[in-house]
Amino acid sequence: MEILVNYSFELILIAALFGFFMAWGIGANDVANAMGTSVGSKALTIKQAIIIAMIFEFAGAYLAGGEVTSTIRKGIIDSGYFVDAPELLVFGMTASLLAAGFWLLIASYLGWPVSTTHSIVGAIVGFAAVGVSVDAVAWGKVAGIVGSWIVTPAISGFIAYLIFMSAQKLIFNTDDPLKNAKRYVPVYMGFAGFVLSLVTIKKGLKHVGLHLSPVEGYAWAIGIAVLVGILGSLAISRLKIDPKADRRMHYANVEKVFAILMVVTACCMAFAHGSNDVANAIGPLAAVVSVVSNEGEIAKKAALAWWILPLGAVGIVAGLAIFGHRVMATIGQGITHLTPSRGFAAELAAASTVVIASGTGLPISTTQTLVGAVLGVGMARGIAALNLSVIRNIVVSWVVTLPAGAVMSIIFFYILKAIFS
Amino acid sequence: MPLNNIMGVFAKSPIKPLEEHINKVHACSEELTKFFKVVLQQDWKAAAEIRLKISTLEKEADALKREIRLKLPSGLFMPVERTDMLELLTQQDKIANIVKDIAGRVLGREMVIPESIADDFEKYVARCIDATALAKKAINELDELLETGFRGREVDLVEKMIHELDLIEDDTDTMQIRLRKQLRSLESELNPVDVMFLYNIIEWVGAVADQAERVGARLELMLARS
Repeated sequence: MEILVNYSFELILIAALFGFFMAWGIGANDVANAMGTSVGSKALTIKQAIIIAMIFEFAGAYLAGGEVTSTIRKGIIDSGYFVDAPELLVFGMTASLLAAGFWLLIASYLGWPVSTTHSIVGAIVGFAAVGVSVDAVAWGKVAGIVGSWIVTPAISGFIAYLIFMSAQKLIFNTDDPLKNAKRYVPVYMGFAGFVLSLVTIKKGLKHVGLHLSPVEGYAWAIGIAVLVGILGSLAISRLKIDPKADRRMHYANVEKVFAILMVVTACCMAFAHGSNDVANAIGPLAAVVSVVSNEGEIAKKAALAWWILPLGAVGIVAGLAIFGHRVMATIGQGITHLTPSRGFAAELAAASTVVIASGTGLPISTTQTLVGAVLGVGMARGIAALNLSVIRNIVVSWVVTLPAGAVMSIIFFYILKAIFS
Repeated sequence: MPLNNIMGVFAKSPIKPLEEHINKVHACSEELTKFFKVVLQQDWKAAAEIRLKISTLEKEADALKREIRLKLPSGLFMPVERTDMLELLTQQDKIANIVKDIAGRVLGREMVIPESIADDFEKYVARCIDATALAKKAINELDELLETGFRGREVDLVEKMIHELDLIEDDTDTMQIRLRKQLRSLESELNPVDVMFLYNIIEWVGAVADQAERVGARLELMLARS
């Protein structure tokens, strides 16, 4: 108890530092997953992708990042075990941040595509189960989270399949693909705008101080969707279409139209990623801050301190800015046969899945939904070749991440305990 | 190098190289027109040069074939069967092999094509090369097929091409029968060994069209399964 009072400032400072470190790691590690398909399909240049990522990751983190944060903060562990020893919770969460951030650093260095969500969840479960008590983990909740890691890629794959098939039916497999592309692509843009704005309005705007009734929320979302669609139409009408188009050029022109759509879905993806993954960094931090500032009382309903969300958002953007270019450059070199019409289907599906899941407060893995979505497009026979062995490696690195995060957080937990006790 | 991101999942497309391969093969078979032109003039020096070019193109096609085979590991997930793709590649490659054999044999024996059948023979060669041109056109639709997910009207378009390819092959068969008849009436005036080889060459040129048709058939199978 007195530890928390005596060292309150230091504890918060350390947690904030580690939280920022973790957020920075998320930005550096996931930038490729969030923006890779847009750069890979040449819809965006590296520079454009980084700028979009910065703006929309920040917006997603700040506007819609609150819901998942509370799950990470108090869903994974059973707070009943920490009532008598709240400092353990503080140490554990701080250790988890450090462990997860550290693991991301190692993985990025070795070139493993790990999931930031897995590393933080593994770390929290690790310190709670070993450092405190096996019963201190809310296993039911954890099972739900782990289950969502299996279910969400499947859902995302299914959505991607449907989106891609609809694009085939409405646009590619018609007499005049170009005309239909101009007609239907704005609709996809509107859909993307709708999903995004709806989740933001319903889940994210509370802490900004906006309270809308459900009807108002839907109205706003539809309004934004229509606006996005109209803007998209304008952008498409300004495209330079090669008029001497034979059938071959036709699809090239159609892909040009899809490239504009890709810009919209890239914004979505960045927003979705920010909204879901910022929580991995600031959830534990929020827990520490609320326990320390309430002098050891573990509040059931603690509001997020005002500076926490921006800290996480800035951290992610910093990671993007510093490491983004390097990661993107490797994508630019690896020439993939990925057309905008494929990339859009995968991104839109992944982004929709992520924002919907964020709305329910589940910390899902953005990387996983994207892999699921890509597989979905592959199943719809839209991708020339997918490398299954790479997918296997990715899955293995996800599985390894859980125990790795756990082991490191246990070690850091005991170190912190020794320092402060 | 392990790619630290999702992009490693996308393997290199086998479709573009497959198109490149058939383009190379067709370029090789197109040389036959020029080749027989100089053979009819009995300009063996020029014929040797063209044969060298044919052989180079055939080697390049072989190199492409090997590269594609190495790039198609079994861990790939593709919209069409991997085995179909490899089989299609094999069939494509055989066209170039036959062309090389024809040029080698004609040059090696310095074969003289009788004046009276020269015209028909040239037409016959041209028709056979029409077949490889169409096979090339059909294979070059692969990336459009991918765009439409190997479905719908693009498939119909390719089916039409394959049907046309069959018709061309029928044509060449008819022409071949006529040529053989004409050659038979000349037999008594020619060296018997030369005649045997002429029959041979007529057959091999026909085989180029047959092989082009087989490429079409393979493509058709690929589409039928998907």
